Amino acid sequence: MMSYEVVGITVLWSFLYGYLIVASVDFGAGFFSYYSKATKKNHVIHNIIQRYLSPVWEITNVFLVFFFIGIVGFFPSTAYYYGTALLVPGSIAIILLALRGSYYAFATYGAKESKFYSFLYGATGLLIPASLTTVLTISEGGYISNENGTVELLYRDLFTSPYSWSVVILAIVSVLFISATFLTFYASRAQDTNALKLLRKYALTWSLPSIVMGVIVLMLLRAQNIEHYQNILDIWWVFAISFVLFAVATFLIWKGKKYGTAFILIMVQYLTAFFGYGVSHFPYLLYPYLTIYDGFTSEPMAIALIIAFIGGLFLLIPSLLLIMKLFLFDADYVQGKRK
Amino acid sequence: MFIDYDPVIYSRLLTSLTLGFHVIFATIGVGVPLMIAIAEWMGIKRNDPHYTLMARRWARGFVITVAVGVVTGTAIGLQLSLLWPNFMQAAGHTIGLPMFMEVFAFFFEAIFLGIYLYTWDRFKTKMRHFLLVIPIVIGATASAFFITTVNSFMNAPQGFNIVDGILTDVSPLAAMFNAATPTKISHVIITCYLTAAFILGAIAAFHILKGNKHVYHKKALHLTMVSGIIFAIGTALIGDLSGKYLHEYQPEKLASAEWHLETESGAPLILGGFINDENEISYALEIPYALSILAGGTPDTEVIGLNEFPEEDLPPLWIHYMFDSMVFIGMFLAAVSALFVAMNWKKNWNAFNRPLLWAVVAGGPLSMLAIESGWFFAEVGRQPWIINGVMRTAEGATTSQHVDLMLYLFIILYAVLGITVVVVLRRMFKSNPIEHELEERGFAHKKEDEKEVARR
Ligand code: HDD
Ligand code: HEM
Ligand code: HEM
Repeated sequence: MMSYEVVGITVLWSFLYGYLIVASVDFGAGFFSYYSKATKKNHVIHNIIQRYLSPVWEITNVFLVFFFIGIVGFFPSTAYYYGTALLVPGSIAIILLALRGSYYAFATYGAKESKFYSFLYGATGLLIPASLTTVLTISEGGYISNENGTVELLYRDLFTSPYSWSVVILAIVSVLFISATFLTFYASRAQDTNALKLLRKYALTWSLPSIVMGVIVLMLLRAQNIEHYQNILDIWWVFAISFVLFAVATFLIWKGKKYGTAFILIMVQYLTAFFGYGVSHFPYLLYPYLTIYDGFTSEPMAIALIIAFIGGLFLLIPSLLLIMKLFLFDADYVQGKRK
Repeated sequence: MFIDYDPVIYSRLLTSLTLGFHVIFATIGVGVPLMIAIAEWMGIKRNDPHYTLMARRWARGFVITVAVGVVTGTAIGLQLSLLWPNFMQAAGHTIGLPMFMEVFAFFFEAIFLGIYLYTWDRFKTKMRHFLLVIPIVIGATASAFFITTVNSFMNAPQGFNIVDGILTDVSPLAAMFNAATPTKISHVIITCYLTAAFILGAIAAFHILKGNKHVYHKKALHLTMVSGIIFAIGTALIGDLSGKYLHEYQPEKLASAEWHLETESGAPLILGGFINDENEISYALEIPYALSILAGGTPDTEVIGLNEFPEEDLPPLWIHYMFDSMVFIGMFLAAVSALFVAMNWKKNWNAFNRPLLWAVVAGGPLSMLAIESGWFFAEVGRQPWIINGVMRTAEGATTSQHVDLMLYLFIILYAVLGITVVVVLRRMFKSNPIEHELEERGFAHKKEDEKEVARR
């Protein structure tokens, strides 16, 4: 029997994983859309990106909201530590998210396209993952001081730390890789050969850097948090599986076949790596101050949250399947034969 | 500006700013789906393309406001942890459940909104598309429901014990369904509907005033004003119950809002006026017995006065004006919609006369002003407590050194968003007037339509 603490963190971690995937697709798409416009290849992939993104951008955002509201419910002490420390980076992330979300809607539903909107959309697509991953960096410890009752973020240590920069780069590269593989798959379903060719090239371009960055982050983690590094080595096989999945998926894309399978493999690649990272981080929410056990909510609240979560899933899963059926798996829609 | 930096003050300002901005879009987000549903339903039942077009156009504008609602909601959701870490830590233990459930309501709404917008012509029957709007209405109203229980808890906390500074015996359901919940939720939800009806009505009235003779606008105005009168009556009735709740559970809030100085029965209601440092009231209008009736239902109800409370436990007295403007606007909206419906019902009266139309136009922004003043009254009236009687606002705040800078950044952000929303909405509807859109969809303007409406 899993303890409530473990159930809670597993639920939250799964949703964060969900956000990682759907948000990466969204963020990367924004960047590719801008980049291809800047290099005058816009006509090739614009439609693909619009058709996928239009119905789902709000859902993407809810994944994030789910995580940060859920973590306060399950682990109220995180509000205290992270809330106090993250005022500035958190506010910057909010502002970027706000600009991105609203200007996307203005451009898509509102009126005409504009260069400025699309620049904003592309730039925030890279800056947001960079600022959000700061949270994971900080959780490794060493960037927060907790003296005479006040928690403070040590900006200087954060900005001069190679580890923190390597995580930022890993995040950006992964976003581009995940997004490109998904869009390759989507373009192949849409039977749009020109878009497919371009997106496949993007996917291959970003495949190797994503793995290389993963390795670099691991090396630098050693200096930052040796305990976590050891824990990762103890479950090295998880990361080995992740690597094999990556290799197979990239091979398939390179061969130009089974793009759907390739994307699923990459989702599983990130799933294993992400959970491997999470499990080895266990039980710390914030090294060395906070573990899932000392920051946990009361038992009646934990039970109530878990019941609400299960009830919520009964509502969500059918609805999500419906939207996927209508927009993702409906060949006519994907091919643009229906509006 | 030479105020000493105090994170508490800046946190309060930034919270008021974000919530005050979010609530504009949240109110539209809760209210407009219902109006869309009513219009689409009428379109099907009467087989009238005007109503269907109304639903379509409202939905199109709605997406833009939802987008801002979502991003500002995300902002406040994160800001609560960033600015009030101690409060959120306590809230997480006690009232985390409805906050968590709210996210599911968002999810539900977001999914069906995505489907609804892109499937107008995709189903075989119109009814099937109409069914998709129901989850949106439910999801939006449910988010208002859940978040308002959190706010109710802050006003009437229960469902936990504090032993030596440690929270014990937590009961999430008791915390959620506290004494403030029934009146607060019903008042908040119905005022969202009322405001949505008046904003959409104001747009229709404005087009008619500008000389647009299309029946589409007359139908829209009629639909919104009939809904408006129902919601306005509901608002006043529930508002009265909210007063009775305050009398029972937060007498200091009621006394501050009413400038009710001494405990007495047969208390008068004070409208407007000025109060000086010695608590002398001048230029106010007094309605005898009205406060006792608002508080307890009878003229001889004893209403607790400000004299019973230590000064440091009282909110600022300017919330009086917030309360007065809310109630005044409520009366105004009820009168305007009642007059319109009555005049339209009498065949030989002209409900579309200019003064009345201008009054409806004013009703749009005024209803939003009532929402703002209602919330500022409720929230400032809870001061100095963040959780009434349990945690003071100053104890809940962050200790961070940069809240002032964040406040300035967010002022810029909201100014930019606010201006762009207006520009985008105007451009969207100007470039695509209804005559044009009806023609495009194969429903040219028919003379018979006009006669039919005139007959009704
Ligand atoms: C269109 C908006 C609107 C209108 C016309 C009214 N209200 Fe209101 N009122 C609100 C919008 C609102 C609100 C924004 O929804 C509030 C703020 C917090 C809350 O619970 O609801 C509120 C709060 C609120 C409270 C405080 C509840 C609390 O602090 O717990 C009282 C006593 C009333 N209202 C009473 C009335 C009365 C007697 C009205 C007469 C018609 C009235 N309201 C009209
Ligand atoms: C009583 C006042 C409030 C009402 C009626 C309300 C209602 C809504 C509604 C209807 C939406 C969906 C967006 C839209 O349709 O426009 C929304 C968005 C949001 N609100 Fe509020 N809200 C209120 C206050 C708050 C507060 C205090 C919080 C902080 C916890 C909050 C958090 C959010 C979040 C996180 C979102 C974005 C959800 C998403 O990503 O879809 N709201 N709100
Ligand atoms: C959306 C409509 C709302 C508006 C316009 C609003 C407005 C305000 C204002 C003006 C303040 C500052 C009071 C002062 O410092 O004098 C405030 C404080 C606060 N509100 Fe609300 N509020 C709204 C809804 C909510 C809801 C639903 C919640 C619950 C989640 C909430 C939570 C808070 C918190 C935590 C504070 C800070 C502590 C305090 O000043 O008491 N608000 N709000």
